[in-house]
Amino acid sequence: MEDVKGSDGLGDTELRLGLPGTSTATRSAKRALPEGDEESHDELRRTSAAKAQVVGWPPIRSYRKNSFPGRKVEAEAAAGLYVKVSMDGAPYLRKIDLGVYKGYKELREGLDNMFKCFSLELSRREGGSGSEYAITYEDKDGDLMLVGDVPWEMFISSCKRLRIMKGSEARGLNSRH
Amino acid sequence: MTYFPDEVVEHIFDFLVSHRDRNAVSTVCKAWYQVERLSRRSVFVGNCYSVLPERVMTRFPGMKCLIVKGKPHFADFNLVPHDWGGFALPWIEAAAHGCPGLEELRLKRMVVSDESLELLARSFPDLKALVLISCEGFSTDGLAAIATHCRSLRELDLQENEVEDYGRQWLSCFPDSCTTLVSLNFSCLKGEVNAGALERLVARCPSLRGLKLNRAVSVESLTRILDRAPQLVELGTGSLTVDHHSEAYRRMINTFHKCKLLRNLSGFWDVDPRCLQSVYPVCPNLTVLNLSYAPSIQGADQVKLIRHCFKLQKLWVLDCIGDKGLAVVASTCKQLQELRVFPSDIYGTGTAAVTEEGLVAVSSGCSKMNSLLYFCHQMTNAALITVAKNCPRFIRFRLCILDPGKPDPITNQPLDEGFGAIVQSCKDLRRLSLSGLLTDKVFLYIGEYAARLEMLSIAFAGDSDKGMIYVLNGCKNLRKLEIRDSPFGDAALLENVGKYETMRSLWMSSCDVTLGGCKALAAKMPRLNVEVINEGDESDEMEENPSDAHKVEKMYVYRTLAGPRNEAPDFVWTL
Repeated sequence: MEDVKGSDGLGDTELRLGLPGTSTATRSAKRALPEGDEESHDELRRTSAAKAQVVGWPPIRSYRKNSFPGRKVEAEAAAGLYVKVSMDGAPYLRKIDLGVYKGYKELREGLDNMFKCFSLELSRREGGSGSEYAITYEDKDGDLMLVGDVPWEMFISSCKRLRIMKGSEARGLNSRH
Repeated sequence: MTYFPDEVVEHIFDFLVSHRDRNAVSTVCKAWYQVERLSRRSVFVGNCYSVLPERVMTRFPGMKCLIVKGKPHFADFNLVPHDWGGFALPWIEAAAHGCPGLEELRLKRMVVSDESLELLARSFPDLKALVLISCEGFSTDGLAAIATHCRSLRELDLQENEVEDYGRQWLSCFPDSCTTLVSLNFSCLKGEVNAGALERLVARCPSLRGLKLNRAVSVESLTRILDRAPQLVELGTGSLTVDHHSEAYRRMINTFHKCKLLRNLSGFWDVDPRCLQSVYPVCPNLTVLNLSYAPSIQGADQVKLIRHCFKLQKLWVLDCIGDKGLAVVASTCKQLQELRVFPSDIYGTGTAAVTEEGLVAVSSGCSKMNSLLYFCHQMTNAALITVAKNCPRFIRFRLCILDPGKPDPITNQPLDEGFGAIVQSCKDLRRLSLSGLLTDKVFLYIGEYAARLEMLSIAFAGDSDKGMIYVLNGCKNLRKLEIRDSPFGDAALLENVGKYETMRSLWMSSCDVTLGGCKALAAKMPRLNVEVINEGDESDEMEENPSDAHKVEKMYVYRTLAGPRNEAPDFVWTL
């Protein structure tokens, strides 16, 4: 797959996979600064990154914090990392548990299996261009990213939703950059 | 009144229970000072560095109960360097020399070494109560010394301390002759205790009313303990992991049925939600329930449990209870006075768990609420105004919106009006913690309306020095002010320097106060210790020759009769 970094290039087109009307503010707990403010947009990114390093915030006693050390991991393992998967042109979405896959290869195979009926349809319509599609995902910040760039562990902890983009649109992305 | 014999005056003073009242009468005249000091039984020292231990012992030779607090509150959140101070040893040494009749020692946020515990145990074999809250520096060896030597111990209460576990069988050190225990809390210990020794100890203490176990105590052991002590009023369970199909589980349910006096329930470490039913029989009598250490209990299960608890006065839960769960609390717990909702997802990657809706629901249903600690993802002015109207009796109101500086998400406004409504409506408010986006206006409201406010915590708030000045000039009863990451500088610090002598302490970190400002304060007010805390890694320049314009990272100011500390570590400069 070509190196298409979704984030900065697509920022202007505001490609968001959330439902219309939802903002990123409540979901990812960023400062809800007025939109259209370029500087604050950058600050949003910086504060998001720096947030994890604010000492002593939130104000919870270390004793309490230390009481649930591996809790986050346990909860995810128990509940499963279910994310929605949409495929352009498919009439309905699917849901997969990212936790059951060991890595990107297994993920692609799993998605292939799940959507092969649709991709056959698509590829026929495309005039037999084959199963050319790009797997993208929406991360915690709401940006559209190409699957495969970051280490697997980082991917599953930041992936909120998957989207399988049609070959033509994916190629369009590639050509822009 | 000075014509009454001392015994009569003393008898009258016996009716004065609070420390403040007794402090007040002691200032009336020399005669009253003498009578009061010789008859004082309980002494409270809010800041261990405000007075020398020896002076306290000399003034109150008849002291039976000593309460001392050490580190500033923000030490709870790792803002105070580890070895800043707050040592218990000088107090225990002074008491050993000056107050041989001491029966109770209660310490909070202090560094307590095993050496001090050993000294305590040997000096006071008749010690009746030891309570350590948020302390550190000791191990199970120190506890073993206490268990061994304090033969008439009634209360050993260890709350949220960091204790080194050397696996020593400290609990077995309680001699067979120890039968006086009324309350035992070792929930903060990480290691195992000898189950047999614990059960035997419980069996031979018929007055035992409170028992809080640690995570390492099994369900089987808990069942045996409850069988021996069905008279318990307070219970902290150990690990409640048990197969709910098993015999052990059935026995546990039967045992809970027998605990008719149980009013206070906590623990629930590692509990399988399916086992919660075992607790239902005691729920209708509970006045205190703490589920805040049980992340494995989902909201729905918490709700099922709470539906049985209609006499609840104090509830601590995790935010996975959700707004809907809080609505159930509102409709069930009509006697509720204190609610604490802690975040279960500290690193903020999950979905919002509680919002302003949950708080509004509880305020509508529980008009007796007077104490709140609420961690949430968002809050609105409208909600706070409603809460203020519904619950005018708040004494403690602590709101923590997890995202610092977040405004009202609906109006995008700061939360000044919301908090303003709280301070206006709740005339008895003594403690307030602010969060969210706040301008100087909220401090104008606080200064004007919060007449009874004693403790104020500020983080990421305000626009200018005016904010802090409103508070210092307005809140007549302010005792503790702690501020972090707010734009208050030297002008605010120096505006009302006399105020600090009426307060216990002021903490400011990551604000705009400079070294020069701190020096000026120290120069004007010799009876204050102005401590500048430099942790030094980034600031080599600080060590060389810091300029007065240099901003101070952390500053702690407190009134004191003891002068500058002589044991302060290198990174603490007392100006």
